[in-house]
Amino acid sequence: MTYISFLSDYGGRFVDGMLVTALQFLCSLALATVLALVFGLMLLSSNAAVKGAAVVYVEFFRGTSLLVQLFWLFFVLPLFGITLEPFFTGFLAVGLNIGAYGAQLVQGAIKSVPRGQWEAAYALSMSPAKRMRRIIIPQALVIMLPAWGNLVIELLKSTALVALIAVPDLMFEAKQLNSSTYLSTWTFGTALVIYYIFARFLVTPTMRSLEHVMARRMGRS
Amino acid sequence: MEALSSFPLELTGPEVPMVRFMNVRKTYGDFVVLDNLNLDIAPGEMVTVIGPSGSGKTTVLRMLMTLETINGGVIYVDGKPLTHMPKNGVLVPADAKYLRKARSSIGMCFQHFNLFPHMTALENCMEGPVQVLGLSRREAKERAEELLSMVGMIEKKDQHPARLSGGQQQRVAIARALAMRPKVMLFDEVTSALDPEVIGEVTNVIQDLVTKHNLTMLMVTHQMGFARDISDRICFFYGGKIEEQDTPEELFANPKSKRTQQFLSAVKAAD
Repeated sequence: MTYISFLSDYGGRFVDGMLVTALQFLCSLALATVLALVFGLMLLSSNAAVKGAAVVYVEFFRGTSLLVQLFWLFFVLPLFGITLEPFFTGFLAVGLNIGAYGAQLVQGAIKSVPRGQWEAAYALSMSPAKRMRRIIIPQALVIMLPAWGNLVIELLKSTALVALIAVPDLMFEAKQLNSSTYLSTWTFGTALVIYYIFARFLVTPTMRSLEHVMARRMGRS
Repeated sequence: MEALSSFPLELTGPEVPMVRFMNVRKTYGDFVVLDNLNLDIAPGEMVTVIGPSGSGKTTVLRMLMTLETINGGVIYVDGKPLTHMPKNGVLVPADAKYLRKARSSIGMCFQHFNLFPHMTALENCMEGPVQVLGLSRREAKERAEELLSMVGMIEKKDQHPARLSGGQQQRVAIARALAMRPKVMLFDEVTSALDPEVIGEVTNVIQDLVTKHNLTMLMVTHQMGFARDISDRICFFYGGKIEEQDTPEELFANPKSKRTQQFLSAVKAAD
């Protein structure tokens, strides 16, 4: 069997898996982004309870293994009467985990907006919410974008773990093909290349162009 | 420390100052920055604060902008308390909402301009009027363009701060502060971060404001010549107190206090 005939036989399976991976990626990215923003802002709160809740979230999801978190959601929650769909559980676990890292990025970026910007907005009598939305967050986004790009690639790679709770993603399909064909080099090799192409030719250029857009908005390009 | 009940709820009488610092005290821990400061600024008056570094001059401006909280006394603007608010017939420290409203009558320009880098010059000047004063975008644009023309920056209105020189940025920053139509303008060492050749373009704008507009202004500067030319009064600060204050002619020609004399001769020697 040549690699070409391997692809013509099983290419469809890889495409199916890729689509599921893409969906997992997009859903967990959306969730992680929202969580990162919300908890990142909460980490900056002067209210001890609000800040405390965010610290607990970040510490828990950053300090424990993503795989354990995934299994916990999938295998332990049903014991408490909460059963979640595999697809939903998959992106929930990845989103929660990466969101915790993102929250720290958001917090750090907001804190590194120069003090003068806070004071200038204050001197214009802006309310704290407007100051954050109109002045601080747009600048924090520019600061955190490069690090955020790394996190997005990390997120993409983390989605491979959802195969372990039977979400039919790219990794799951590769594993299935491997056990039926024993063509380990081709199956996992193909999966490896697809993940790389996804990260290198879709995620990275998207992040780069976002960085360019941001630089232009700052009058820097 | 004096009880707040001994301070008036508002200033009345024939000559209410635009700004009054009344027994104001500012400390950082045990360190006393300003002690028992009393300073009145009349409507339309231009007062310049000079003094050695660490004398508390920038703190005076920052307290008036409410960027610093005060540890004693009360600051009044246009007769009304700024740092405090009346509650049940006595003054209590102002809450965030009161402060936001009260400080809207004050504009400030900073040493490092602090323009918003993600907005053009025009957008910088429209931001406050639209977001805080609730002007329509059209009204705010008209106002911003008028002010940018006044400071000679209308041609660069669509440029971002990164594309402007320090002097140009500072002129935009002045227009941005004026767009809020403040009663009091504060200039905190606005020429200190500028290259010598562009200082003139900023001082000319401030000079113009002094001659053509009836704004009350408080300025901290190291440029003695400029201070002498445009101020109605100069306050020399030393060790957290006003050591001496007078008209520029008098203070520069006949400084009475020994410390003022020393400071002025040191500055002259450096020039």
